[in-house]
Amino acid sequence: MSQARSLEPWRWLGIPMVQVLAATILFGVPLRIWGLRLPEPIFPLAVVFAWAVIRPSMIAPFLVLAMGFFLDLYWGGPLGLWALCLLIAYGVVLAARPIMAGQSRTILWAWYALVVATGHAGGLSVRDAGREESARPDPHAVAIPRHNHPLSLRTSAHRHVRRRRRQVPVGGAG
Amino acid sequence: MSLRDSPLGELKVPLAWTAAVAVIVAGVAATAVLMSDRRETFQAEAYGASRSVSDRVLTPVGEVLSAPGRWTGAGVETIRGYFFAVSENRRLKGELREMRQWRDVAIALRDTNERYRVLLGLKTDPPIPMVAARIVTDSRGPYANTRLANAGREKGVESGNPVMSEHGLVGRVIGVTDGASRVLLLTDIASRTPVMIDRTNARAILTGDGGPNPKLDYLRGIDPVKQGDRILTSGDGGVLPRGLPVGTAVKGLDGQWRVVLASDKSAIDFVRILLFEDFTQLVNYKDLDRTSVPPPTPGAPTLPPPVPATPPPRARRPRQSPAPRPRR
Repeated sequence: MSQARSLEPWRWLGIPMVQVLAATILFGVPLRIWGLRLPEPIFPLAVVFAWAVIRPSMIAPFLVLAMGFFLDLYWGGPLGLWALCLLIAYGVVLAARPIMAGQSRTILWAWYALVVATGHAGGLSVRDAGREESARPDPHAVAIPRHNHPLSLRTSAHRHVRRRRRQVPVGGAG
Repeated sequence: MSLRDSPLGELKVPLAWTAAVAVIVAGVAATAVLMSDRRETFQAEAYGASRSVSDRVLTPVGEVLSAPGRWTGAGVETIRGYFFAVSENRRLKGELREMRQWRDVAIALRDTNERYRVLLGLKTDPPIPMVAARIVTDSRGPYANTRLANAGREKGVESGNPVMSEHGLVGRVIGVTDGASRVLLLTDIASRTPVMIDRTNARAILTGDGGPNPKLDYLRGIDPVKQGDRILTSGDGGVLPRGLPVGTAVKGLDGQWRVVLASDKSAIDFVRILLFEDFTQLVNYKDLDRTSVPPPTPGAPTLPPPVPATPPPRARRPRQSPAPRPRR
């Protein structure tokens, strides 16, 4: 009987981290195919969820922090916002880990959706904290699933705007 | 006595608790960094060394990764041009006929304009130099809408310079380093752009909200905007030049006026960075601050004689003792 392979940190933390950061850079290419941009999945969110489910670790939160800083620097957002968003997601999974243990894959997908929504809600709350009411974004304008679903989904508000755009005569009113 | 032998040696902290402590420590670090971030001040010095270094490193990576897509696009265009050359030629001839008529109108208008300028002594804005750049990375997620362009400080790009595609205004530069500049799009939540409605000359502030169609805030006047009105930059505040095309007005489902951006018509791959300097940057403050003394009015009482260069020795005054404090 072969001996069980030990869970080396570089194997379950290091390699997935490098993979998701490489995928992030690859999908950051400004490419449009038939007018559509590349999909917008946030790859590190999947890794953050998996790390917390596999086992609690002292190194993982700091790697989550590093990934968040990288996303902020790469995408030009406020430094620390993505780090906080990912850490919220990690913390939620860590707290709910005893409940998740032994659940089916469908239930884990539902948990993943919930964790992503919670992370984004936290991130959006932090971003909008201190802004005046008129400066806050329209919730319809920032669709959470759009940034995590493999396909870039549009909200009903945007579809409406697009429909109206088609009604506008070419060249505007002039 | 070794630690193993001591009673503390048997103490085992649950892994979940240590992980939770690590999460809290990392969260505090992220919050501290976030609170010290001054990205939205848009000051050149607030951009930070870490952002400059990462932009400088990521720009060549983005260029390499986007090269296959660029080559494929160029190849498809070549094949399309080969197969559709006849129809394209016909379309271009029609366009040329139309443009010739517009050329005659433009020459007449230019002549009229020059006459008016001479008559009025109007001082118009100087021509704006510009540099071309290619967009090498795109942002993802709801928190930032920025792009990285491959032209930086070496080409004279500065923080605040407007960026345009062939269709209209894209945004403005918020950070510059050697060989790269970060462009904040009009759709970013931090973007505020003074605009005007071309038809009514009404002013508004174009406010990004993370979605593809930014809002028109602070609209003034009665019915200042209609569906399909053309939106241009107003030039108010001197941040952007006046008259750059921004888009067309539409009413959103939420009842707010929004703008369908002109730059959204096609992919933002090549851009022009306008090396625009507003009036406050062009003006010579030294000349303005220099106040010349007017000549004396004939017949008016003259000023007292000037003070001699070497003042007379001052009389030694007796040393005064400090005034006594009033008793309470």
